[in-house]
Amino acid sequence: MYSASDLKKGLRIKLDNEPYIVTEFNFVKPGKGQALYRSKLKNMITGAQFERTFRSVDTFEPADLQQRKMQYLYEEEGKYCFMDNESYEQVFLTKSQVGGAKNFLIDNLEVEILFFEDKPLEVSLPNFVELVVVKAEPWAKGDSVSGKTKPVILQTGYQIQVPPFIEEGEKIRVDTRSGEYLTRVKD
Amino acid sequence: MEDSHDLLKQPDALWARARMLQAIRDFFVSKDYLEVETPSLIPAPIPEKHIDVIPCGDLFLHTSPELYMKRLLAAGYPRIFQICKCYRKGERGSCHLPEFTMLEWYCRGTDYHLLMKECEDLIMSIASSLGNEEVIHYQGKKIKLQRPWESISVREAFTRYAPVPMEEVVKENSFDEIMVDYIESHLGWEQPTFIYDYPVSGSALAKAKIDEPAIAERFELYIGGKEIANACSELTDADEYHARFKEVEDYRHSIGKSVYPVPRFLLQNNIAIPESAGIALGVDRLAMIFCDSPIIDDVVAFTPELL
Repeated sequence: MYSASDLKKGLRIKLDNEPYIVTEFNFVKPGKGQALYRSKLKNMITGAQFERTFRSVDTFEPADLQQRKMQYLYEEEGKYCFMDNESYEQVFLTKSQVGGAKNFLIDNLEVEILFFEDKPLEVSLPNFVELVVVKAEPWAKGDSVSGKTKPVILQTGYQIQVPPFIEEGEKIRVDTRSGEYLTRVKD
Repeated sequence: MEDSHDLLKQPDALWARARMLQAIRDFFVSKDYLEVETPSLIPAPIPEKHIDVIPCGDLFLHTSPELYMKRLLAAGYPRIFQICKCYRKGERGSCHLPEFTMLEWYCRGTDYHLLMKECEDLIMSIASSLGNEEVIHYQGKKIKLQRPWESISVREAFTRYAPVPMEEVVKENSFDEIMVDYIESHLGWEQPTFIYDYPVSGSALAKAKIDEPAIAERFELYIGGKEIANACSELTDADEYHARFKEVEDYRHSIGKSVYPVPRFLLQNNIAIPESAGIALGVDRLAMIFCDSPIIDDVVAFTPELL
């Protein structure tokens, strides 16, 4: 159980049976008045945001969230399908729930899905994924000024800056947190 | 490393603070006020419904110097001021620190309306020492210092900014929420704003108005949407102190908060508080205004998180 004074940015609480994340928070106290906790909350299922002011006597249950290891299967009409490798249960996330992770989702990638009770909420990627370059301008030899990069397109459609020597068909490792190129991968 | 980097971010603020403190002392000394120092470790804090005290051994850290300044007032010092650190448990936000700097002054034979004038004089004098003669630039707005400053009653502020009248929120016990959600953010942007005549129920040791006992002779000064000072005509009656302390005790019991020992001094019939008014001004908040800072962290050398 949390009390209002435990509220802080990033805390996940259950309100009216739905999970919320605190996105903004401030302690306020009007002259001689009581401590109030002004919060901005985001519904983790619908994404709806609203403001709410709590008193110090208000209490909250933590949102009952669980991470489960799952495998990415496919995308169809804006729905992303993931499967539990043990139970073979399949779940779907919407495009907005998947967010920027779609740039790195390749078939059979092992990811973690965050659940509130039985509802999938969001996907966390491994820190590093390996992706194939499907489109790149050829390397003009001699164009080797250090630090220079060129844009290429990866198999997921994601455009990324890489060193000029990277060629079409090669595989590269990408950091999913920054979205940046790390290294070339030799099979 | 990170520590020293953070400290170097605010040399302007630390210089402004130092100048403010100097200007405050110059102002009061020139007005024949005596600078006093009262203990910060005390056996019994002033009972307040909504202030939690930090215990320290068998004693408590004071939450304001009010109590002992009143004893000096009663002992016959007619004009006194103090700049000191005060301590309040659990208060940390963009305008709150659990340890902060307070300026308090008390004057015999005055009331809260006269005190508003003196408060104006003080802030004008600080502003001029910082080179802000006419305007303060705060968060993209120009706050004009030209007098008279805006002065509206709390009732009027509710009529102007809140969806419900003051009497109703007092009844429904939602005064603080409405104040915070609808009113405070409007106050003190064109010019500094005094709002006065608060419901007596939330006014601790303020004297009630003779012709309207549900209203306390109390005002707050707002600048740039921030509460800067709280002032009142002082209660002088020991029986009334009894009643107010009892009310605080019952309230804190009812919400499961710690109840502290009561300061006996104010309950003694033979030591009378003279007719007087007193005011507490948050020095850090005023520094925020003069330094154009949105958060209190910017105007202190160290926040609790950096210790």
